[in-house]
Amino acid sequence: MPTIEDVVCPFCGCLCDDIVVRVENGEIREVENACKFGAHRFLTVKKHRIKRPMIREGQEFKEVSYEEAIERAVEILTNAKKPLLYGFSSTSCEVHEVAIELAEVLGAVIDNTASVCHGPSVLAIQEVGYPSVTLGEVKNRADLVVYWACNPIHAHPRHMSRYTLFPRGMWTDKGKLDRFLVVVDVRRTETAEMADLFIKVKPGYDFEVLNALRTILRKGDIPTNEVGGVPKETLKELVERMKNCKFGIIFFGVGLTMSRGKHRNIAEAIKLVRDLNDYTKFSIMAMRGHYNVTGFNEVLTWESGFPFAVDFTRGYPWFNPGETDANSLLQNRDVDAALVIASDPAAHFPRESVRYLAKIPLVVIDPFESLTSKIADVVIPSKVVGIEEEGSAYRMDAVPLRLKKIIEAEGLLSDLEIMERILEGVRRRLSKTREAVAER
Amino acid sequence: MEFILITGRTMHQGETIHQKCSEEYMKACAICEMNPEDMKEMGVKEGDVVRVSSEAGEVDVYVKPCEGLDRGVVFIPMGPWANAVIPAGTDSTGMPSFKGIRVRIEKSDGMVLRADELVMRYAYD
Repeated sequence: MPTIEDVVCPFCGCLCDDIVVRVENGEIREVENACKFGAHRFLTVKKHRIKRPMIREGQEFKEVSYEEAIERAVEILTNAKKPLLYGFSSTSCEVHEVAIELAEVLGAVIDNTASVCHGPSVLAIQEVGYPSVTLGEVKNRADLVVYWACNPIHAHPRHMSRYTLFPRGMWTDKGKLDRFLVVVDVRRTETAEMADLFIKVKPGYDFEVLNALRTILRKGDIPTNEVGGVPKETLKELVERMKNCKFGIIFFGVGLTMSRGKHRNIAEAIKLVRDLNDYTKFSIMAMRGHYNVTGFNEVLTWESGFPFAVDFTRGYPWFNPGETDANSLLQNRDVDAALVIASDPAAHFPRESVRYLAKIPLVVIDPFESLTSKIADVVIPSKVVGIEEEGSAYRMDAVPLRLKKIIEAEGLLSDLEIMERILEGVRRRLSKTREAVAER
Repeated sequence: MEFILITGRTMHQGETIHQKCSEEYMKACAICEMNPEDMKEMGVKEGDVVRVSSEAGEVDVYVKPCEGLDRGVVFIPMGPWANAVIPAGTDSTGMPSFKGIRVRIEKSDGMVLRADELVMRYAYD
């Protein structure tokens, strides 16, 4: 059975690049080294697929050719005054590049799933900076690992075994024995069960706890016995551990970005890390979810100067989360068509946003049946990037990796081919419109 | 009873993410984890249906005990069931408030809907 080594897993932001895949008769038969998510991704890649392009006719979908579906998508996008292009976190950077060009040509708004995961982290980073490192440095050096408001056992299952806690690094050659694990969360998760020190915070009080840690670090004390449900003595113990480690790292999750305080929580965590660098080497990193959510933020920043939620309706990039992000646009009924690729907002947006998304003309590009595909007007199936198509993606620490093509997907176009054809169609249609106007 | 709702990723949610119209996805995500003492006080046992409501709407899900949650705090995996009660608005950040939502929970004799049925209901009703 042919064996393919060093395969990069296209599931979460860990982008584990040590996966071994065995292929027989064009099918993936065995997967080694992957977590439950990764193994599932490879082994069930042929299940729950969208088989043919479809166009909605009333309550039903009619199967059509790729050409017809793409032509209809072009019509929808060019007829709209302000279309939204959204998703992008489970596809390659090459697709991002074409999509950003499409947004510019259309005068559309473009946003990715960062706006519902680490968008607030980006806002905080723009304000106070990002003293971060690579996961390789964490593996080789970190003797204090803090997971704050995240649960890697459920969301990034190999994070601890590959990068942070268990691996034997150059200066952490005893692996777990050389490291101290702190978990801070509002609930005792499976990750918390593994901690050397677990700190339970009352929901919505992370900012206060982070601020108290900074105060203790600066002044040595705080004037109350407890903050956010955490006793002062526990906070003091954590500060001592942080000050006295050789190399510390805080990994933070969406527990900070989605709860009260949002970007302010992250800014306070970054400021704590900045303060700690007066004493020792300390870093911070966001636990990015989708395998290429980071990549989209990188590519959009090169292209437009902003990482997500960019509005091109003015003819130049305009970034104003709270106005130009997908949820604000949908809830304010401020877009009149949408193209969703490589994500499923109908499953992951609040109902108010989904209700409006269902009302406007909607194009969905996805390999798999999604809830968004159920409310779409045009559904275009694609290849799975990282299994059926190669491409580039960025790990959560912004290290780019090349995704491999493992098997063929006969009869399907890739995300890149579909987006290129849409862009070409949009350019053609817009130039015809301009010519017609000029003639009149 | 009043609770604070936290939503988030779970292993089972992630594993079934590309089969959202399936029973498996429903089993993974249409659940409300609750401290066993709160369950006792509400008179519900594992697998009973409860109605979770907020200013945004209401949804029926199965209740499940979880020792790791404090009393007064409940957890629903991310997905359309959780999102049925997540309020509109982003506090000018673009990010909806997916965690720390005030909800009311009561025993329900309603039926738990599959993801596609639920989305159709709140998209088109």
